[in-house]
Amino acid sequence: MKILTLNFLTCARKLCKSSNTAFPLHPQDAELEIVEQDMNVEFLRNILPRLMWEELSGVVGELGLPALPPTVPTLESLTEKKLKAAENDPTGMNVVEVEVPSQVALDLHRLLLETCVKEGKLVCGSCGHEYQVREGIANFLLPGHLV
Amino acid sequence: MLPTPSTSHVCFDRIYEPAEDSFLLLDTLSSASETSFLKERFSAQADGQDSNASGSSCTPLVLEIGVGSGVVLAFVAANAKTIFGRDDVLTLGTDINSFACQAASSTVQNAINETKSSTTFLDIVNGDLASSLHPHSIDVLIFNPPYVPTPCVPSLPLHPNINSKPTPTFEEESHLLALSYAGGAEGMEVTNRMLVQVPQTVSRRGVAYVLLCAQNKPEQVKERIRDWGEGWKAETVGSSGKQAGWERLQIVRIWRDGE
Ligand SMILES: C[S@@+](CC[C@H](N)C(=O)[O-])C[C@H]1O[C@@H](n2cnc3c(N)ncnc32)[C@H](O)[C@@H]1O
Ligand SMILES: [Zn+2]
Repeated sequence: MKILTLNFLTCARKLCKSSNTAFPLHPQDAELEIVEQDMNVEFLRNILPRLMWEELSGVVGELGLPALPPTVPTLESLTEKKLKAAENDPTGMNVVEVEVPSQVALDLHRLLLETCVKEGKLVCGSCGHEYQVREGIANFLLPGHLV
Repeated sequence: MLPTPSTSHVCFDRIYEPAEDSFLLLDTLSSASETSFLKERFSAQADGQDSNASGSSCTPLVLEIGVGSGVVLAFVAANAKTIFGRDDVLTLGTDINSFACQAASSTVQNAINETKSSTTFLDIVNGDLASSLHPHSIDVLIFNPPYVPTPCVPSLPLHPNINSKPTPTFEEESHLLALSYAGGAEGMEVTNRMLVQVPQTVSRRGVAYVLLCAQNKPEQVKERIRDWGEGWKAETVGSSGKQAGWERLQIVRIWRDGE
């Protein structure tokens, strides 16, 4: 389960719907894995306004991962200009300027999209219910008495 | 016609096999009228409250409830550019059947790899309807529910034990398949529970697509949705299987107009 998914999930119990501690869920005993994904800067740009930055920062800390920048990165900081030898130029004399993902974008991509919880649990900060994650799939089904 | 994602790795003894209803969803979502509606609603340039600092509208999040084989969500992920006019689209799914969650996850990922789509697939979550989703986060909600009228909906409590088994028995597999089609009274018990969740699940620009069959009394269902007030609308935007003037299956779009 990707870290970015945690940006959209909350406790499934009715009584937690109005509680502001039911989001985000807190990963515990998490076994992480990296699953490589293609980089899409356009996507990162348009997902930024949807990120619950403080909450995600908390989750990242709880997982012991490298911290997020203290504030949401600016759109400009996601790319940088680089000089590159022009294609089909055997002389190597001509350079062109290209826009490439910056380190900020690469780090964000690695963290949000490539870092996955493989095994572990997600704990609700309001009711304490623990949701198991097995083989990367989070189980939000509640036992009958909690529905 | 856009290609149908491959589901050849899916075990149909315990997971719903794509059928007329699934294909009606694919056809409707990629029809000229729906793609132009969705493109306008989610155009990358749109401004307003759903946009980032440079004025492009933020990434739409698509949720399919009850993904089954994953064929519908995979289709949306693979063809996002045609459907939404943009490919920075997020896809997420839920199903009550954990085997479906695993299978659908592969279906979506395979379809994305095969078509080299640059959409982002999040995950399939094992859960009841949209109960684990952060309120108002979904932009497009899709549900092909268990809609066949039956004496009752299979009990859920029995269920978690089946999900955690590596290989379910024949009876358990029957239970999983029953969960995929059995809709209880008028075939509406699960759909009604889901409809209640729509206003709190979707965003301001949110749209839901729900499949109904003739026995679900679609005209009454649409009336009930319009009675929610606050500008809620419900219209039939796709149908199939005309019999004696009746549409056997139809897709209802649920949405609100304007900002
Ligand atoms: C008619 S099948 C549709 C499968 C797939 N979306 C398709 O169109 O081929 C209904 C699906 O909903 C799932 N389902 C039934 N009740 C559910 C619930 N309460 N919450 C989530 N999924 C549910 C079933 O397991 C099944 O996969
Ligand atoms: Zn809770």
